[in-house]
Amino acid sequence: MSDHPHHSRGGEGTRRASPALDVDAVLDDAATRIVVCCGSGGVGKTTTAAALGLRAAERGRRVVVLTVDPARRLAQSMGLTELDNVPRPVAGVKGSGELHAMMLDMKRTFDEIIEAHADPERARQILTNPFYQSLSSSFSGTQEYMAMEKLGQLRRADEWDLIVVDTPPSRSALDFLDAPERLGRFLDGRLIRILMAPAKAGGRSAFKLLNAGFGLVAGAMTKILGAQFLKDIQTFVAALDAVFGGFRQRAEQTYRLLQAPGTAFVVVAAPERDAMREASYFVERLAEERMPLAGLVVNRVHRSCAPALSAARSAAAAEELEARGEHELTAAVLRLHAGRMQLAAREQREQEHFASAHPTVPITQVPAMPEDVHDLAGLREIGELLAS
Amino acid sequence: MGSVGDVSARDTDWDGVRLHVVTGKGGTGKTTVAAALALALAAGGRKVLLVEVEGRQGIAQVFDIPPLPYEERKIAVAPGGGDVHALAIDPEEAMLEYVEMFYGMKRAGKALSKIGLVDFATTIAPGLRDVLVTGKTSEAVRRRDRNGRRVYDAVVMDAPPTGRITRFLNVTSEVAGLARIGPVRNHADMVRGVVASPETAVHFVTLLEEMPVQETLDGVANLREAGLPVGGIFINMVRPELLPRAALDAAANEGLDPADLALGLKAVGLAEATPGAPPIAEALSREVAEHARRTRLERRERRSLAAAKAPRYELPLLADGADLAGLYELATAIREQGAA
Repeated sequence: MSDHPHHSRGGEGTRRASPALDVDAVLDDAATRIVVCCGSGGVGKTTTAAALGLRAAERGRRVVVLTVDPARRLAQSMGLTELDNVPRPVAGVKGSGELHAMMLDMKRTFDEIIEAHADPERARQILTNPFYQSLSSSFSGTQEYMAMEKLGQLRRADEWDLIVVDTPPSRSALDFLDAPERLGRFLDGRLIRILMAPAKAGGRSAFKLLNAGFGLVAGAMTKILGAQFLKDIQTFVAALDAVFGGFRQRAEQTYRLLQAPGTAFVVVAAPERDAMREASYFVERLAEERMPLAGLVVNRVHRSCAPALSAARSAAAAEELEARGEHELTAAVLRLHAGRMQLAAREQREQEHFASAHPTVPITQVPAMPEDVHDLAGLREIGELLAS
Repeated sequence: MGSVGDVSARDTDWDGVRLHVVTGKGGTGKTTVAAALALALAAGGRKVLLVEVEGRQGIAQVFDIPPLPYEERKIAVAPGGGDVHALAIDPEEAMLEYVEMFYGMKRAGKALSKIGLVDFATTIAPGLRDVLVTGKTSEAVRRRDRNGRRVYDAVVMDAPPTGRITRFLNVTSEVAGLARIGPVRNHADMVRGVVASPETAVHFVTLLEEMPVQETLDGVANLREAGLPVGGIFINMVRPELLPRAALDAAANEGLDPADLALGLKAVGLAEATPGAPPIAEALSREVAEHARRTRLERRERRSLAAAKAPRYELPLLADGADLAGLYELATAIREQGAA
C-alpha cells in the first residue's frame, strides 16, 4: 500500500475521480430486470439489497427482494416473519410501485426441483435418502445453488419488473458463481459413472465387472468411506440420475441469465482492507465471466463534519490545551475529531487503492450510521444515500 | 512490548486449553484476533500453530507474507522468543494425507483424486469436508514428538463464521446420517473427542454493534446446546470513550453547547472558520453528538453481551488498521487481560 500514490489529507479531500454510480438510473431503467448484490460477509449486502428494492418500488416498479438468511430485525423491517419461500407483499411502501420480499428456503427449493423432475416413486426415494437430506440442508454450495435456482424461477415467472437478490454469506463471495459449475463438473465426471455402475449392472458386486483400475478405486472407496456410506451414495446417485439432465440445463440457464444485459451486479464493500480486496477480486471475476457490473457500493464510510480541521492540527491543539490544563472538554473533543479524521483518511486510502486498480468502476458511498436499520424508514434513508 | 515478554508462571483464563477455536461474524476481525491470540499464546518461548480452514489465505494477508502452502511453517516470532507456525488446511490435501496415513494407500488416493472423488467428497459431500479439516487440526493438537512431548503448546484455529460454527464443530451429528458406522464415523468420533473436551475453547469475536452481538449470543447458546465448550468473547475495535460520561450524556440528549467549545477553540487559535462554512465549534459539536449516541448504543451492546456469561476481553481499534505492529499491540492487550 505504501507505494501507492495518494493525495488526500482528510475525509473530504480531493478524490481520485471514480465515476459516480447512478443508482436511480439503474433502478429506473425498464431494461434492468435483475440486481445482484454481492460482496464479503458483514458489509451490509442484505441491507443494501433491501434498500435498493424499496427505492425501486417507491419509484414505481414492481419489485421482489429475494434474501438469504437476513438478520432478524432487517427481516422484520420488511414484515418477513417466516422463511416460507413465497414472496410476501411489504406494507407501507409509498407511491405506485409494489415491493414483495421473500426469504430463501433452501431445502424446500431443492425438494421442489426433485419433485418437478422425477416421477413420484423416484422422488420419494430421493427425498428420503439420508444422503440427500444432508446434501439439501447443509452442503456449503447448496445455498448458493438454490439462491440462483430461485432467482431463475422468479425470472421465468415474469411477474416482476425487477428482482433484487442478495447472495449467501459464503466462505468466499464467489461461491455462488461457482456452485452451478461445480455441480456440472460433478455430474459430468467419471465418478458418477463409477457410482452408477452397480445400479446399472443389477446391483450385486458390480465393481468386479469393471477393469482392474476401477477395481482398485472401488476397493479403496469401500475401505475409506465404509460400505454403508458408499451404498447410500449409490442409491442416491441412481435415484437422482433421472433428474440430472434437468439440473445441468438449469445451471446453465441461470449462468446465462446472469450474463444477460438485463442483469446488474452491485458489489458491496466496507472501506476496510479485506472487504475492498474482496471487492476488487469480485470485480475482476465478473469481468472474466462477462457479467454486467453496475458499480461498487461502499457502506459505512466515516466522514467528518469539520473536514477543514486536519487530524494533525486537531491533535496538536488538544495537546496544547492539555499541557496548559485548560478547556478539558474542548481538548477531548479535538482528540475525538483527530481520531475521526485519521479513520476517514485511512478509509479514503483503501478506496483510492481500489479506484486506481479499477478506474472505470462507478462508486457510491453510504456513510456509517449510528444504529442498525429496523424499519422501512431506515431502508428508505439508506436508499436516498445510495442514490445521492 | 512490556508484559507480553514476561512469562513467569502466570495464571491465564485458559490454562489447560490446547485448541483455541476463533469464530466471529464476517467483518469483526476474526482472523486478526486469531493471529494476535496465537502471538500472545506463543509469547515467552512457547510453540503455537495457527491454522486456517477456509482457503481464504487470511493468515498470509494478516502477516503480510506469501500465500501459505499445505505445510506447517514458522511465520512469526513472539515477544520473548516463542514461535508461531501456520498451516492453511486444504481439504483435498487433508483427504489424501488421511488416506495415506490411515490406509497406506498413496496410489489409490491419487486414483480417487483423478476420478473426482476427492473433489466430490470435499466440496459436495456435506460434513466430510468439515471432518477432514477439524480432523487435521485435532491431529496437530494431539501430535507428540519422539520423547512423547506435545509438538505444539497450543493450536489456534481461524474457524468459519459464527453462523456456521456449531455445525462445523458438531462433526459427529453432521456425518451421523451419512456414516453410522465405518471409517468416516470413527474419524468423526476422534474429532469429537478433541473438540468437545476441556482442552478446547471456542472464542467469539464481536463488535459492539447490534448484529454481531446478536449472532454472538445465538452462537454461544447453540454451542452450549450442542455440548461444545464456549470460551471467551473478544470485543474488537473498541474505541476509547474520550469524553467524561456526563458530557457524553449531555451531548446525546441536547448536544454540547458550541459556545463552550468555541471558547476552548479560541484559546488555541482555532476559532476562525473558513468564510461561508459553518463554524468549527458547531461542526465539532455535531460530531460529539454522533459519538455520544454511538457510545450509548455500545454500552447497551456491552450489557447484552454480559448475558452470555463468558469472560469478555476488549481489544482497541487500531488507528492504522491491522498491520503487523497492530497484531503485537493486540497480543499485548490479550496478555494483559489474562486471555493468554
